[in-house]
Amino acid sequence: MSIATTSTKFRSVDVDQYNEDNYQDEQTEDTSTSGPDENQVNQLLNMGKNVEALQLALKNPPLGTKNQAVKDRAIALVTRVLLSFKSSEIEKAVGTLDKDTTDVLMKYIYRGFENPVDGSSGLLLTWHEKVFASAGVGSIVRVLTDRKRV
Amino acid sequence: MTTTYSFGVEPISCHAWNKNCTELAISPNSSDVQVFRFKNGRWDMYDVLTEHEQHVTSIDWAPESNRIVTCGADRNAYVWTLNGSKWKPTLVILRINRAATCVKWSPLETKFAVGSGARLISVCYFEQENNWWVSKHIKKPLRSTVTSIDWHPNNVLIAAGSSDFKARVFSGYIKELDEKPASTPWGKKMTLGQLMAEFSNGGGGWVHSVSFSSSGNKLAWVGHDSCLSVVDASRDMLMASIKTEYLPFLSCLWVTENSIVAAGHDCLPVVFCHDDNGNLSFVERLDIKTEKAVGKFSAKAIFQSMDKRGEREGTGSDQDTLHQNAITQVAVHSGTRDTVSKISTSGIDGQLILWDFKALESQIANLKIV
Repeated sequence: MSIATTSTKFRSVDVDQYNEDNYQDEQTEDTSTSGPDENQVNQLLNMGKNVEALQLALKNPPLGTKNQAVKDRAIALVTRVLLSFKSSEIEKAVGTLDKDTTDVLMKYIYRGFENPVDGSSGLLLTWHEKVFASAGVGSIVRVLTDRKRV
Repeated sequence: MTTTYSFGVEPISCHAWNKNCTELAISPNSSDVQVFRFKNGRWDMYDVLTEHEQHVTSIDWAPESNRIVTCGADRNAYVWTLNGSKWKPTLVILRINRAATCVKWSPLETKFAVGSGARLISVCYFEQENNWWVSKHIKKPLRSTVTSIDWHPNNVLIAAGSSDFKARVFSGYIKELDEKPASTPWGKKMTLGQLMAEFSNGGGGWVHSVSFSSSGNKLAWVGHDSCLSVVDASRDMLMASIKTEYLPFLSCLWVTENSIVAAGHDCLPVVFCHDDNGNLSFVERLDIKTEKAVGKFSAKAIFQSMDKRGEREGTGSDQDTLHQNAITQVAVHSGTRDTVSKISTSGIDGQLILWDFKALESQIANLKIV
């Protein structure tokens, strides 16, 4: 048998790019929401005002931008805010948020799971539990289906 | 009150009622359509329609002309007419190269629209001279599979939900058939295939089902992001969207001008209200949890269930909703389009359940269909 029959390079060809009917996702870049204001959030954290820091940190999530650095800064900031809470304070904090902000929070929680730091996952799980109790499975479904990722 | 009919263990892919609900056509997740007649309190199967070669994806029954149209994954649609006591098929060539996903008769039953995975809608009408069903295509700007279709009461406009995350309104005007339609809040120009409006609720999620209200001014759709959205053409396309806490809905239906019933993966129908100010709100679930009749606390029963079924708590693996698996279709049973009195839901559990609003309103405290 010739050498050519053993070649398996064809298996790594992405056939989808040759399909004319392929769905092209037209997500226009939207730089209007460019992430929360870091300085203000840090100030509030230093003053011990976790709940206000959380509300501010969840405003303007960088959903539309393709700039990965902006998104990374945002997730680092929000994770810091989330980890500054004690387990008993979480439920009250979740209660102060409205529906849309709760969905954004759930997105950040899942992003936080992706990049665990020391001890973060445990606390994030408690956050997840409280947000789930407030917003139901629908919020998790929206994290999975929303193409605008945080 | 609810009436439950079980049609075996196979999922019911789709169902359709005849005019006075004495006959029912269902497809049990196969290429067959079974037609039943209600006799002596039971559903008697009197015919099986076996023309499709692959799964039947949708059935619609025209009430006045008593014709059934079915479409399937074999890229065909058939129009069935009653001949004595058997149904005779007529093939409709849709000219699509992917499966058909949904079919609906127009309100006047002169034509029907088929959505397909070929990213187009086929509008089919009967041409008398050639004795043949002709299909015309609506292609642009559909970018992905059409998952659901609904007709506007004016017999011209078609709403289509698609897996490209958008709900659209097209014109299905056939100049050989229809008179020039009066202008509607959806737009003036209505040539065939004209895109009247395109909507997205901002999130992701395939659109699973679209529904026009009985006046045709409002369009509701449910998507896989667990949202229900309504757009009101008479109020300048004002869009209201509600993010629910339920699993995604697979089907939605207007039961009055202001109330919507949606059902899906959570196995129960839920009622929402879209009031005259354009606010969308959750009303109540139609399936109230009934306390499972727990008998006397019996140690013997617990150990017996542990032995037989490996269960720790004696709750069993049944869902506490009437449907034991996802509901795939909600349809009108009795009442007019603008005041539905009974709906039917069918699901993957092989059950078809009828929900009577009058009785449910008196049973459930918060339920009010406005």
